[in-house]
Amino acid sequence: MPRLSYRRALTRALADEMTRDESVVVLGEDIRVAAANVTTGLLKKFGPERVRDTPLSEQAFTSFATGAALAGARPVVEFQIPSLLFLVFEQIVNHAHKFPLMTGGQCAVPVTYVVPGSGSRTGWAGQHSDHPYALFAHVGVTTVVPATPADAYGLLVSAIRCDDPVVVFAPAGALDLRADVTDLAPVPLGRGVVRRSGTDVTVVAVGHLVHDALAVAEELAGQASVEVFDPRTVYPFDWDGLVESVSRTGRLVVVDDGNRSCGIAAEIIATVVERVRLAAPPRRVTRPDGAVLPFAPALDRAVQPGRDQLTAAIQLTLKDG
Amino acid sequence: MTGADPLRLYRTVRLIRRFEERAIELVHAGQIVGGIHPYLGQEGIAAGVCAALDREDLVTGTHRGHGHVLAKGADPARMLAELCGRVTGLNRGRGGSMHAADFGVGVLGANAIVGAAGAILTGAVWERRRRGAGIVGATFFGDGAVNEGMLLEAFNLAALWRVPVLFVCENNGYATTMPVDGAVAGTIAGRAAAFGMPATVVDGQDPEAVREVTAAAVARMRAGGGPELVEARTYRFDAHHTFEHQVRLDYRPPEEVAEGRSRDPVDIAGARLDPAARAAVDAAVEAELDAAVEYALAGPHPDPATALDHLYASGLTARTGGG
Repeated sequence: MPRLSYRRALTRALADEMTRDESVVVLGEDIRVAAANVTTGLLKKFGPERVRDTPLSEQAFTSFATGAALAGARPVVEFQIPSLLFLVFEQIVNHAHKFPLMTGGQCAVPVTYVVPGSGSRTGWAGQHSDHPYALFAHVGVTTVVPATPADAYGLLVSAIRCDDPVVVFAPAGALDLRADVTDLAPVPLGRGVVRRSGTDVTVVAVGHLVHDALAVAEELAGQASVEVFDPRTVYPFDWDGLVESVSRTGRLVVVDDGNRSCGIAAEIIATVVERVRLAAPPRRVTRPDGAVLPFAPALDRAVQPGRDQLTAAIQLTLKDG
Repeated sequence: MTGADPLRLYRTVRLIRRFEERAIELVHAGQIVGGIHPYLGQEGIAAGVCAALDREDLVTGTHRGHGHVLAKGADPARMLAELCGRVTGLNRGRGGSMHAADFGVGVLGANAIVGAAGAILTGAVWERRRRGAGIVGATFFGDGAVNEGMLLEAFNLAALWRVPVLFVCENNGYATTMPVDGAVAGTIAGRAAAFGMPATVVDGQDPEAVREVTAAAVARMRAGGGPELVEARTYRFDAHHTFEHQVRLDYRPPEEVAEGRSRDPVDIAGARLDPAARAAVDAAVEAELDAAVEYALAGPHPDPATALDHLYASGLTARTGGG
């Protein structure tokens, strides 16, 4: 079985889709030399017309991708830094997302935005460490946060094939993962997966935090049976899949690397309590309100959701009920 | 399609003029909600530019965009139905005045975010050409847009990658109420020079002059040249937006308005026809717009149950907002 790294899974997905479909083009800063170590080999294989290194003009090249999509392309735009999404929020939300409705269905905007290295990379400080997937869920742009190499491949492929804009967050905390992957295949958008079965509590973990949740579940194995649900797509969310899990366990904890107010954890809890009568109040572990990641490593870690916090939240939920 | 054709040019400016006047009546009658940004006085620019383009060429417009959509060939009846919010409108009543689009005639939409459409059009023209089409594009924007970073980034990208886009600045002297002198450091044409783009300043009140300048630029672009800028000097005859018909804003001296209105593109184009020919066009336009108004007001209003239709092209269904 080949050991596949998360980054190479993204590379494979790009190369496979570019081979399969001439309309797929890739845009981004320093992609010709694969500065983010994702577009490796693409320029040589597909040429500069389809692998376009851009000037530092995020707003222009994001809307350029929108226009190319309106004319038939399936562009993939790479952003090296998650915080650049704030710069192009206007272009994605006001144009790419709104065009199909505003034009009464005259067009589609199949653009994929990939962020290799979202969230904290430790030591990159305030303007390089954001994890704003909930913002895109809020405005209704399809948003995926793959946790594993197989999902990185499968969700990126599905994102490229999707007729709507899709943001792919590849968490820095997952980029160095390697896994035995036997079957590279598309992963459907909007479909979560139970990573670990359990009977006492459902932990929803987003992105790299899936691995923390699995580790905590193992640690607690003697005390409680913890189910870990990986939504994979945060918008549209797999509500039916999650409700099925929580209906069995009766308890819910969410661990989410977003800010607390209006984060995806808030939406997950709200939706579950609308549909399921829980045995205990739900809990969430998130970044603080208004989080800005401080530079010093200990401070950086202190602001991110931690395993201790998750353990405590699970134990409280079990005790409450 | 790019040669001089005074009759056709006159017909287009007259159509836009009367369309806008009819639309204003419909605003005041409550048939068009939210109001419009009238294109009155600027008709010569859309008419002149689009007369030098082919059907396959692409354009994007602005919030003051009716003229661009009509000049590129959209059906006035479906355009008016769109302004009236009917399902028979170009955008099925989902876009309205500021987002009217007709992909079938190469209009990738009016766009209400100032300066935003230039990069979109650049990408669209680039992709069509990558697929082998010999098209060019024209993106319209006002003098207010020349201070938007997004547009200046688009200048750079188009020039760098030699994408044949004509950047058409409709300089009507005011960004809403802000005069150009209070907003623009340097010059508009000078911005093009900074990116190595040729720039031409033209009298936007003369549709034939605009057509000539555009045809020359389009010929250079089709022959492999990069993007160019045209600054068309014009004057907005009416309000920034029809809300000004209720709330008069004091920012243009009456003498200036009178002077501006004295150079009317409809009259300038009309004077080139013999009076009988002009009268025949006027009558034909009137008949077309009578039919357009009838068509627009006869169209059904959208069913509220379809409010989320077209939100996603992929077929994704959004959750509704109810409890």
